[in-house]
Amino acid sequence: MIPPERYASLGELLQDALVQFKTETAVIEWSRKKKVLELSYRDLGFRAARLARRFEAAGVGAGDRVAIILQNQPDYLVALAALFLRGAVAVPLDYKLTGPEQETLLGHAKPKVLVTEYASWRDLGGVQRGEPAVPLTLVLHLPPTAELPGHAERYEDALGADDAPGLETPAPRLVPRRRSDPATIVYSSGTSGAPKGCVLTHDNYLEQYRTLTKVHPLAVGDRYFSILPTNHAIDFMCGFVGALGCGATVVHQKSLRPEFIRHVMQKGGITIMTVVPLILEAFERTLRERLEERGPTAEHAVEALARLNGALTRDVPRRWLSKRLLKPLHDQLGPDLRLLICGGAFVDRDRAAFFYDLGIPVVIGYGLTEACTVLTVNDLKPFRPDSVGRVLEGVELEVRSAGPDGVGEVWVKSRTVFAGYLDDPEQTAEVLRDGWLRTGDLGRLDPSGHLHLVGRSKNMIVTAGGKNIYPEDVEVAFEGLACEELAVTAKGFVWPAAARLGTETLLLVVRPEADADPDALLAEIRMRSRRLPEHKRIADVLFTDVEFPRTASMKVKRGPLAEALRGAHEAAGSVALERPTPEVPAAREAATAP
Amino acid sequence: MTEDQLIAKLIALAATRFKADPAGLEADQDFFASLGIDSFQAMELMTDLEEEFDVEIPDYELQGVTTFRALAGVLAARL
Repeated sequence: MIPPERYASLGELLQDALVQFKTETAVIEWSRKKKVLELSYRDLGFRAARLARRFEAAGVGAGDRVAIILQNQPDYLVALAALFLRGAVAVPLDYKLTGPEQETLLGHAKPKVLVTEYASWRDLGGVQRGEPAVPLTLVLHLPPTAELPGHAERYEDALGADDAPGLETPAPRLVPRRRSDPATIVYSSGTSGAPKGCVLTHDNYLEQYRTLTKVHPLAVGDRYFSILPTNHAIDFMCGFVGALGCGATVVHQKSLRPEFIRHVMQKGGITIMTVVPLILEAFERTLRERLEERGPTAEHAVEALARLNGALTRDVPRRWLSKRLLKPLHDQLGPDLRLLICGGAFVDRDRAAFFYDLGIPVVIGYGLTEACTVLTVNDLKPFRPDSVGRVLEGVELEVRSAGPDGVGEVWVKSRTVFAGYLDDPEQTAEVLRDGWLRTGDLGRLDPSGHLHLVGRSKNMIVTAGGKNIYPEDVEVAFEGLACEELAVTAKGFVWPAAARLGTETLLLVVRPEADADPDALLAEIRMRSRRLPEHKRIADVLFTDVEFPRTASMKVKRGPLAEALRGAHEAAGSVALERPTPEVPAAREAATAP
Repeated sequence: MTEDQLIAKLIALAATRFKADPAGLEADQDFFASLGIDSFQAMELMTDLEEEFDVEIPDYELQGVTTFRALAGVLAARL
């Protein structure tokens, strides 16, 4: 592992890593059941150097922005390395957003270059026409017959051939940056409201890299399976900065279907991966199915072994022991897997314990984009499925305005806290006060310093797939309904007792017009809800005659509204919009999300 | 194969995999809801379909597909 203290920027750290680990494998790509690409650190460095030259020719220099809309793949890492060598700022966007949503964010971030691929390019009609204007777009995987406008170019052409001469040294001239300079702009929301682009500095990342690898180090020989999107804070840190800084190997899979993910886990030598709760759930389902296939005797035997293993490893993981006791199950998840890191949403503690008892530690962490990656993480000394762990070194954490149960709002201070939202001092001032970040999460600290999260005070819903949903983004889909007013909220925000963490569902609250036909209204709501992406669909509708409390500027006061509704209605009084679908979590998008 | 035949075939395959009654499945219904499945399970169904029809469909073609009719459309374009 390369210690980050002596570097001023991610570009400097990468430049050294590309040389120091030149003979190690940097990245491997699988397509379904075939390994299709393997690049050493030297190869990666060559590619990055060539792309950096193309960026340079396009006028990209210190502080200029380069946006990326790609699924996880080796060239994602090439593009990041190239832009950091050029001293540029990365704007990684979620490839799962729609074209128009991405164009809104591109219009806000104003990148000089966009690196994307055919699957996304097809949906970027605006960029193709030059609205918003992106001076240069590089498109990967374009079919041979497809044509491009003048301001776009095939990525493969821009890169040039792998054996192009004149590239004996992997590193081009590095454009220096200071620790306090921006490294990335990461959008945490705002597809219909105001875009919230978190500006994160080189210091944020280098400090996070230092503190995270101190607790859970990576090393040469580790294979990190990168299945969460790289634009997401967790994968950006683990599947790019952390892995390359430590000389580990990043593994990508073109298809995120469960059977192909499993194939790579079993055959690809994966040692560590990050997941969201929904993926953990899918793993558990697979393991249980395999157990069932083996018949009741085997099932009981494994359960007994898992209990034994759990008891023997309660204080500290003993992988060799677990592997012997539970080999068939370990082979299902891959014989080399040593750690699953789970974040992005609340983790079901029984599920975490299930994996731990099988000898596969699930590390639960807590963080938010505004604080780089993670603030607290479980150190497994001992395993604690009930908590999101202890604060990392350098993080000060306060629980403010705590009630008698010790629960209050979580505030943090750390070198990993972001610089603010891009071009938005107002929203920045709402969350950054005197160097402290207001997380909007509710929690309490126990005597051993472990943080327990109980919910959110902020106007945001986090699904089991780790997606953030802002009520305003969903409300616009119901404009013009025959009602006086409407609001979207998490069902658990109104009736906490009816909620299960991690499976939050959306409730649409409607105050109908006096002469409205409830059945017709419900049918209209159902139709409009179905047109939304799955994770934004409404689960329940509540008809009410409670008038919505509003601010002077007529914004709904969501806290007081929830209280008023709680006083007037029981949870059972809401109408389920679709027929119940047992054991389907609130979000189904996590397979390729968040 | 006509669109209707293709849809009937998809419904039959889905019903087999998820042990559902094919009579309860309709062409324009959201199959996530009617089968009670999540996106992981839906992708497993895709692999069944690929084997049945001997085609390969990239995952990104399936974004936003929620009904058997839409699924048949994606498949038909590759047959």
